[in-house]
Amino acid sequence: MATETAERKPTAKRIVIEPVTRVEGHGKVTILLDEQERVRQARLHIVEFRGFERYIRGRPYWEAPVLVQRLCGICPVSHHLAAAKAMDQVVGVDTLPPTAEKMRRLMHYGQMLQSHALHFFHLVSPDLLFGFDADPAIRNIVGVARKFPDLAVQGVMLRKYGQEIIKATAGKKIHGTGAIPGGINKNLSIAERDGFLKDLDQILAWSRGALKIARDYTMEHLKDLADFGSFESNHLSLIRADGAMDLYHGGLRAVGARGGKIFDHVDYRNYLDYIAEEVKPWSYMKFPFIKSLGPEKGWYRVGPLARLNTADFIDTPEAEAARKEFMALTKGKPNNVTMAYHWARMIELLHAAEKIRDLLHDADLQGTELRARGERRPVGIGLIEAPRGTLFHHYEVDENDQIARCNLIVSTTNNNTPMNRAVEKVAHDYLEGVQITEGLLNRIEVAIRAYDPCLSCATHAMGRMPLEVEIVGADGAVRARGGKGLYV
Amino acid sequence: MLLIGFGNPGRLDDGLGPALAAAVEALAIPGVTVDSDYQLTVEHAELAARHAAVIFADAAAAGPTPFAFERVEPSAGEVEFSSHSVSPAGVLALARDLFDAQPEGWLLAIRGEAFDDFEERLSDAARRNLAAALAFVETWLRAGGASYFQGLEKSS
Repeated sequence: MATETAERKPTAKRIVIEPVTRVEGHGKVTILLDEQERVRQARLHIVEFRGFERYIRGRPYWEAPVLVQRLCGICPVSHHLAAAKAMDQVVGVDTLPPTAEKMRRLMHYGQMLQSHALHFFHLVSPDLLFGFDADPAIRNIVGVARKFPDLAVQGVMLRKYGQEIIKATAGKKIHGTGAIPGGINKNLSIAERDGFLKDLDQILAWSRGALKIARDYTMEHLKDLADFGSFESNHLSLIRADGAMDLYHGGLRAVGARGGKIFDHVDYRNYLDYIAEEVKPWSYMKFPFIKSLGPEKGWYRVGPLARLNTADFIDTPEAEAARKEFMALTKGKPNNVTMAYHWARMIELLHAAEKIRDLLHDADLQGTELRARGERRPVGIGLIEAPRGTLFHHYEVDENDQIARCNLIVSTTNNNTPMNRAVEKVAHDYLEGVQITEGLLNRIEVAIRAYDPCLSCATHAMGRMPLEVEIVGADGAVRARGGKGLYV
Repeated sequence: MLLIGFGNPGRLDDGLGPALAAAVEALAIPGVTVDSDYQLTVEHAELAARHAAVIFADAAAAGPTPFAFERVEPSAGEVEFSSHSVSPAGVLALARDLFDAQPEGWLLAIRGEAFDDFEERLSDAARRNLAAALAFVETWLRAGGASYFQGLEKSS
């Protein structure tokens, strides 16, 4: 597939890597070379399926929290909760009954725990434990299972624990129905609570262990990691009114690369006054930016690293101690090291485990007031801090209770420009000539993977995703091609 | 025995795996555990390790109609290019390496035709293929799994 820019500039050479392996869904990397065969620009193309916003039009608003789970089998809970938060507004509810909000939070922290555990143990630990240049035959979760079986079991069991919490709060694993407009449809039984409490100490211990691995790895390799795919950027997340990290709800805060606040405690229902999306002809995915800074300087990062950089503190003791150590590394200023995402993610893993503990000891989870009601409104906007970053859901509902308009900005879209920057930095540093080496491929993947992108809007049915690698010369001819089949 | 149906029912025929799982669960066959999920992930290895045999039921975008049914062996190589999901062979490899279990693995790949929309329904072709797959797998499960084939050999 030719890119528009390359067509306009026929002297540019393109190296095309399609799709990116070891991250979700369709992705392709194009490295544009200048006439001296130096990297001019690198682009990460993601085939984002935008049909969903059209599809949901005309559907009754109360179906949205379930329908949006069709978007993605990787993070359905995040879409479920963001849509439910938007529909709370549509039914005129600004404050949920305590049982409803705490059940949703428990669901969300269960999602955070399982998602972060899966990403770290399954996708990242092979890179960290075996090195970026290790044989791909062992640099995977099965390789970890063989050499570090205890660690691999911990990853599986953390993931399972989070999934069980989702099942208990959302009702089922596929297309959960727990969150409804204005509340939740069930509480947590004593038996369910006790089942989770039984394993909690072990979950906390494993979370501490995972954090230690990520922290120690980063500190031991800081000299090499500091520059790897790294660059200065703005950071954006929700923040609680008192400045605490809050993964479920809050106002929007954006900080610059050196820590200056760009905006703070913004009511996210006004997000369109602060955030815009740029369209580029070579990408299906939009490029969000902070309006006041413009598209060139206003792009930002979201996700664990951004959340650590925006928060004044974390309201659970062990994660807060870890946050202080993390921020001390940059003397309290934002950390702009791409590979620090992993350390930040494991701080959040421990935070999620601590929050689950606190919630399980809260009797409100057994309350019976599950739903609030109010006056119908025409617009609902729900934001949540999904595992991968800030997720925006925006709906307009007509007088027939049907969804008239929908706009979603998913976490991976928010990180679109940063991922492009990371790939470009790696290409600059590691591309030699026009050779696609295993080392270059591995490093591109490692840089993208730091953001934990979820590109799985594609179906995963078997046999649909060939891996193709192409090198295209200045004359447009393919100079090299390779590939292999894979599951996604 | 365990049957795991996986796929996203909100993406047309990608829901064939969960649809089969729901149909098998409704049969309540003694000794058969049924699970379904959007995709296979690492924790399915722990579940698989607690069973003697596992059927992985998925939609297939290509291959035989109405379905293919074949053995799956544990393979670390199958997760070489892994993503957030794991292949059936990868689940078996993890069950072996992490939980010291070697369940017999089978892949039931039910042919689908339509995948590129957000509707929660199966195409007409997928429904026909699902019915054929269900009839087969019910017989297979009630016969006690692999002994189904032994029965076929005796009768031939």
